Amino acid sequence: MPPKSELPQGTLDLLILKVAALGPLHGYAIAQRLQQVSRDVVQVPQGSLYPALHRLENRGFLEADWKETETGREAKFYRLTRKGKAQLEAEAASWERLAEAIGVILRLSEGGAK
Amino acid sequence: MNWLSRLVRRRKMEQQLEKELRFHIEEHAANLIAAGVDPDEARRRARLAIGGPEQVKEQCRDARGTRWLEDLWYDLRYALRAVRQQPAFTAVAVLTLALGIGATTVMFSLVSGVLLKPLPYFEPDRLVSVNGHTDTWNTSVYGEQKLAYLDFLDCQRDAHSLDMAATVYNSGTLSRPEPPEYVDYFEISPELFSALRVPLELGRAFLPEEDHIGAAPVAILGYSFWQSRFGGRADVLGSSLVLDAKSYTVVGIAPAGFRLYGDEPEVYTPLGQDGGGYLHNRAAQPVRVVARLRPGATLAQAQAELTLTGQRLSQAFADTNAGRSLRAKPLRRNVGETRDTLWLLFGAVSLILLITCANVASLLLARAVSRERELAMRVALGATRERLVRQCLTESSLLGLSGGLAGVFLAANGLRPFLSFWPGDLPRAEEIQIDWRVLLFAVAVSLLSGVFFGLAPALRAPFRDLEPILRSGERSAARSSRHLHGTFVVSEVALAIVLLVGAGMLARSLLYDSSLDPGLDVRNLLVARMALSPAVLADPSRIPAAWQDIIDRAHRVPGVQAVTTVDIVPMRSGNNQLGYWTAADVPPENRRPLVLASSATPEYLKVTGIPLIEGRFFNDHDRMDSEPVVVVDEVLAKNAFAGQDAIGKNLWIPEMPCAQPEHAYAECKAPYKVVGVVGHVRYWGLAGDDQAQVRAQLYYPLAQVAPRFLPRWSQLMSIAVRTDLPPLTLLESLRQELRGAAGDQVLYQVRTMEQLEHNSLSQQRFLLLLFSIFAGLALLLACIGIYGVLAYLTGLRVPEMGLRIALGASPASVQWLVLRQSLSMILFGVVLGGSAAVAAARLLIRTVEGMRPEPSAFALVIPVLILAALLASWLPALRASRIDPIIALRHD
Repeated sequence: MPPKSELPQGTLDLLILKVAALGPLHGYAIAQRLQQVSRDVVQVPQGSLYPALHRLENRGFLEADWKETETGREAKFYRLTRKGKAQLEAEAASWERLAEAIGVILRLSEGGAK
Repeated sequence: MNWLSRLVRRRKMEQQLEKELRFHIEEHAANLIAAGVDPDEARRRARLAIGGPEQVKEQCRDARGTRWLEDLWYDLRYALRAVRQQPAFTAVAVLTLALGIGATTVMFSLVSGVLLKPLPYFEPDRLVSVNGHTDTWNTSVYGEQKLAYLDFLDCQRDAHSLDMAATVYNSGTLSRPEPPEYVDYFEISPELFSALRVPLELGRAFLPEEDHIGAAPVAILGYSFWQSRFGGRADVLGSSLVLDAKSYTVVGIAPAGFRLYGDEPEVYTPLGQDGGGYLHNRAAQPVRVVARLRPGATLAQAQAELTLTGQRLSQAFADTNAGRSLRAKPLRRNVGETRDTLWLLFGAVSLILLITCANVASLLLARAVSRERELAMRVALGATRERLVRQCLTESSLLGLSGGLAGVFLAANGLRPFLSFWPGDLPRAEEIQIDWRVLLFAVAVSLLSGVFFGLAPALRAPFRDLEPILRSGERSAARSSRHLHGTFVVSEVALAIVLLVGAGMLARSLLYDSSLDPGLDVRNLLVARMALSPAVLADPSRIPAAWQDIIDRAHRVPGVQAVTTVDIVPMRSGNNQLGYWTAADVPPENRRPLVLASSATPEYLKVTGIPLIEGRFFNDHDRMDSEPVVVVDEVLAKNAFAGQDAIGKNLWIPEMPCAQPEHAYAECKAPYKVVGVVGHVRYWGLAGDDQAQVRAQLYYPLAQVAPRFLPRWSQLMSIAVRTDLPPLTLLESLRQELRGAAGDQVLYQVRTMEQLEHNSLSQQRFLLLLFSIFAGLALLLACIGIYGVLAYLTGLRVPEMGLRIALGASPASVQWLVLRQSLSMILFGVVLGGSAAVAAARLLIRTVEGMRPEPSAFALVIPVLILAALLASWLPALRASRIDPIIALRHD
């Protein structure tokens, strides 16, 4: 197994919002999807997933309904709200800017070493 | 979903949270099983992956944002349970707190009603008073300078930013309807009620066209007078009354409770109808001016206008108005010395509250220590320190609020009885009530005390080193609390000392003051204000004969030995302070030394029993046409003539009512010759005289008061009568005899000199009573505190004591062990309290009249406290010495 990275502070919310944007998902599905999409690089601490979900719901970024799963069990499905969508876009943009800037800096330092 | 519905649906949300997590774990396990993991192992791994389910739940609850409310709810229920488990503790705590908070609340209602509350008018912050100011005016003696009526009229005409109204306080004889009665009345300008925005109860206010000399006389009745004299009948409107020989038609009734400057006059009359000389001369300033800022106007604008008007007036009328400026200030009620007394009592009561807090805190602390293991257990189970502190504070706040509730109940029931004990007039007493301000204060104080006495036990909540606490028996874990307990005992003792010393000083000073010689013979001496017949007052030439007639008539009453008129009565009834000088080059008014002056008739010394020291008193040969003479007291003789013989010396007293000045408000140029020296009278009361600013006294013959001054003088005149029977038994016959030929002369404000002397110490007596109660309470609370703390601390040492006894310690040595512990706390408290009491003593001396530095109070009080405190510690000590070692050693 490849070594797993710790999630940078504050990025869990962003990732959850992104995954939830794909459609109504229950908590376990969100955890799985996160892991799959990140090709197991990102290890979502399952213990902090639910507090994060509840926090996002509390702030109105997510909405939740109890629905039946395909296996016929009741589960809580989370869905992105309009407000959540705006938040996702804002956070994603700011993250990309940051990542790009860090990338630039890293390339710069490589150039400087030559 | 808002936080309220989340809170209400808490149970459902808990179920859903549980269901959600279970779903996750089961899904995870199912996936693992599908991947070939053994079912039990799969479930174990799934649970592990999510971490401790309870922790996750806690974090989810936190994320919900209603956490604090839920916790509060839990804490409250927990606290209620704890309270119910220990009813005795709770009862003691709530009761002590109720006393402390109740007493503080009562005192705060006084402070609030008298000092803090805005005046009871519409938009009181828009009301201003307008006063005159000259550099030579001595505000501390005469109060704020009022305005001349003519100056007021000019200001009113010029003012664009103020609605101004004028009042003149007056009093006179109401002779119709019968029986004649002496009443207070306000002469007012027609704008008064509209400027204050006070609607009349009935009828109408005065009209502008009624506000000039010669207009039809109209009057408004004060509400209380209307009720008491006319039974509140509406048909009194339109009826007539005769006041000072002038007939008025009643046109209105003032609303209930309407007061101005603290007075509720019986009658109001139009100021503009008064043709009195003092109103039409700019040299006299009898008019009090109240004004309301017009909409949009500011105080600064009003002041700017008044400054201009003042300058214009001082140029136009240089002989009377030179140097006089006009000042606008926010309207305030002058409460005088009451302010200091109130703050003093409020301070004393706050000490009581502090003691109760310390008491409850030490009780709570004792309990917290015995609950240490429980708290440690909760920490071990994952409670945070903050959470425990919050819980402890919730408990103590609950106690505080219960105590506060009981305290407000006590205050609500005790306020009126307490006020009835207040000596003399308490300004704004009618405004004192338990209102929202007071309730807010009580709640704040309850919560604050809750936090205050709950904080120490709460912060002690164990957080580190849980293991020894959990492992040990609870008793051995409490060592660290001994300091804290000691602190409470020390502060209780210290606070009690402060109050005890205060009470001791008051008692000693009162004893001393009552032993003072008032300077006159107070027994069998009756004084009363006397109103001449209005018809006589209107004709100054008849006044001297009228006073002589009164003296003669009084002599006819059996039991009367001697009679005199007097315009100021010892024990501070009335006040006439004049500046004097011993040479003809008299300095400006504010640089002259002052003397208390009173007119007198020849029998004055016989009536009052004041000793004649030198020279002579007045006799029938001192007349208008003879040389002007005065008699001085020892103090004036010493102040003015510094040891030389005063007899035959001259005094220049510009404000004397002598015949020489050309018009009424010019200065009297002629000197007065001193013909006698008499003993000093404690005019300012037994307690107040030594510290009074103006002690010197001077008498002048009524027969030498110039006729044009006589109407004014006669309005302020009292008579003093020496009797050989108890004076009040003569009152009815005196009253009848003095009615006079026309039957309209009234004797009012009747008092005996003994009453006056007694009243002169009433403030001191009242403070002594309160301080004694406070000090007693403080002593009791401190003793209970000491007893509780020692009983508790000794209880902790039971095994140790048992061991000592088993090893052969004598009961006496064990008792000494306990007493020593308490003695060190007590002594420390005494030292601390002693130094605080020195500061408090200074405050008392400054605030209370006649208060003397009494070091003996300390010597008196400290042994009492130490004895009481030792007595309180003796019981636990005794118990400790009787410990059965076998039982004690088995204890742990």
